[in-house]
Amino acid sequence: MNPTSTPPTSPACATCPVHNLAGLKRLGVDMADWDYVVALAGNPNVGKSTVFNNLTGLRQHTGNWPGKTVTRAEGGFEYAGRRHKLVDLPGTYSLLATSTDEEVARDFLLFGRPDVTIAVVDATRLERNLNLVLQVLEITERVVVCLNLLDQARRLGIEIDDRRLARDLGVPVVRTAARYGEGTQALLQAVDEVATGRAACRPRRVFEEPPVLKQALNSLVTELTRLHPDLPNPRWVAWRLLDGDQRIAEALRDGELPGPSATARQAGAAAAVRGSNS
Amino acid sequence: MNRSTTTDVDRLLQRARDLRWQVGGSLHDHMAEAIYAEAARVADRAVTRPGQQPRFDWDRTLDRIVTSRLWGFPLMLLLFASVFWITIVGANFPSRWLASLLVDTLHPALKQLAAGLGSPGWLSGLLLDGAYLATAWVVSVMLPPMAIFFPLFTMLEDFGYLPRVAFNLDRLFQRAGAHGKQSLSMMMGFGCNAAGVVATRIIDSPRERLIAMITNNFALCNGRWPTQILIASIFIGATAPPVLAGLVSAAAVVGVALFGVVLSLVTSWGLSRTVLRGAVSTFSLELPPYRPPRLLQTLYTSLIDRTLYVLWRAIVFAAPAGVVIWLVANVSFGGSSLAEHIIRWLDPVGFLIGLNGVILLAYIIAIPANEIVIPTVLMLTVLTARLTGVGEGTGVMFELEDANHTRTLLLAGGWTVLTGVNLMLFSLLHNPCSTTIYTIYRESGSVKWTVVAALLPLAMGLVATFFVAQVWRLVAGFG
Repeated sequence: MNPTSTPPTSPACATCPVHNLAGLKRLGVDMADWDYVVALAGNPNVGKSTVFNNLTGLRQHTGNWPGKTVTRAEGGFEYAGRRHKLVDLPGTYSLLATSTDEEVARDFLLFGRPDVTIAVVDATRLERNLNLVLQVLEITERVVVCLNLLDQARRLGIEIDDRRLARDLGVPVVRTAARYGEGTQALLQAVDEVATGRAACRPRRVFEEPPVLKQALNSLVTELTRLHPDLPNPRWVAWRLLDGDQRIAEALRDGELPGPSATARQAGAAAAVRGSNS
Repeated sequence: MNRSTTTDVDRLLQRARDLRWQVGGSLHDHMAEAIYAEAARVADRAVTRPGQQPRFDWDRTLDRIVTSRLWGFPLMLLLFASVFWITIVGANFPSRWLASLLVDTLHPALKQLAAGLGSPGWLSGLLLDGAYLATAWVVSVMLPPMAIFFPLFTMLEDFGYLPRVAFNLDRLFQRAGAHGKQSLSMMMGFGCNAAGVVATRIIDSPRERLIAMITNNFALCNGRWPTQILIASIFIGATAPPVLAGLVSAAAVVGVALFGVVLSLVTSWGLSRTVLRGAVSTFSLELPPYRPPRLLQTLYTSLIDRTLYVLWRAIVFAAPAGVVIWLVANVSFGGSSLAEHIIRWLDPVGFLIGLNGVILLAYIIAIPANEIVIPTVLMLTVLTARLTGVGEGTGVMFELEDANHTRTLLLAGGWTVLTGVNLMLFSLLHNPCSTTIYTIYRESGSVKWTVVAALLPLAMGLVATFFVAQVWRLVAGFG
């Protein structure tokens, strides 16, 4: 993609930590122009901000609870010669957009069209955290799951088969203990691979709906794909329309929706940041 | 964008609307459940827990019990009943002691002092028989139960039990067409309804938030717990043998509180089916890990934040109310005092609903704060019953050093068990206090809904007490 800067000489270099250690350059708030937009999503209190601080060198202190105003934090980092803008989304349990913070997170994933979304999960509460990951995977397939708080999981004697998880989810899974900087390199590498398209994501989208629902969804998906052949997530949009989501209906009417993430990036900076705080 | 795409989109949206009616309202839950089931499957395959930590295991086991369909509710009732039982039994002695100190000893001493200083009778009447006695009464009646009840309640909260109660109730609220988070704002309402109304901010759908605000008053607040506890021990507990009296009164208080929860659900259901129709939103409720309650900190926070706060509020309202009561009891025209005129006028209404004019007047005087209902009732009862041998004269509160004397006094005022039962009901079901009404107005920004929130419970209270009174008299065979 970007052959001028630190080209890997052999395939082994790409996976070599020593090579990549030099690859990270924390940019703080300097985000003049970037190659990729990376979003950080996850439940509250799973260490998103710690990951954010690790990557950007910023000291973002965030706290989200019901009733408090929620905002996005943004920062930048350079890795392997490519510049990334990192957006820390409010911590939520779901993306059904029933509350303001969920709407902020959902809208950014949907309209901001990040090139990669890092889904940070609490390894000690995997099941509950996966609820959100599965919803993220419905909206965008370019996801890296960051299995965080491994230190606590170890303390509690919990073991997680990350390969199995990666296979089941269809996206890369990286083990981290962000508080101790553990796994940051692996995370960066996975993000880079997904961003550049070297790692293919085939997310698992298995929902067993009752037949009536399946029929309704299928019929909407058919029409949606006819109208917008580029739509990356027609099934999810169909579901939201069926559920009476006014925001999505408006987006469809205003032509905000269609288009894969790559076009958004190529269209330039302006297109990639819009949409949230609606 | 050209025209044909616009109409295409409109057609698609229309199609989605049509399909929505075919699919039905459970779609949202269906998807949420599908996601949860899938997450559980994936997690189950990936996670192994060899050598589980005992504390972790303990949390899960405890959660499984306290939130189980079978044991959740009985356990909840048992816990709350024990809290009330401890409160009722434990508050008796300190209440008596405080009353004998503040009312029996200090009040005459102050009167004597005032007389010695040569202050006019109206002044010492206004300040000592009015303001001081009302305050003394509030302290002696309310402080002991609060000082026991709030630390116990805070301990349950601190331990992490309340989110589990909210979890248990969530299912019911959802079936009632309300937001599950309403169970959380209701929990806040059990402390203070004004705080409960503010807490509805966590509900983002305006429709469900309005429902939560209107029904928050059905959660018995701090100011009403002492009324419930006192009347339950005087009237309900007394109908049982002495050994069981405490248990029976505790059960009565839990019963009234539960009735409030049921009404909250029924009203939510009614509102969401009629004027506030709409879809139910889902949410996740995190059950925080259990923590061993920290005794000292619990004592400190419950005493400062709750007990003293409520007591202070009661005193602030009770002192001026005492002045007002003394005035209406002592300003007379046409041969009797203003209070007697009002009470006589209210009595027929009071009789119809199994209460009396005294209680109704007390509730009007106590609109600023529910806390002063009982002191006002006692003072007005003495005034109208014209009792001899108790107290010193018109418009003065009397030395009633324990619940038995209160009982004697109220019985002399023509009270029956029916009056007690209906007072407990009316205490649950009447207009919110003025602070809460103002908070509802500020939060909803709507005069209409504020009026609804204020008058709906009052109307329900009148209907409920009327119904109980008629049935009671029919069964008892008099009236």
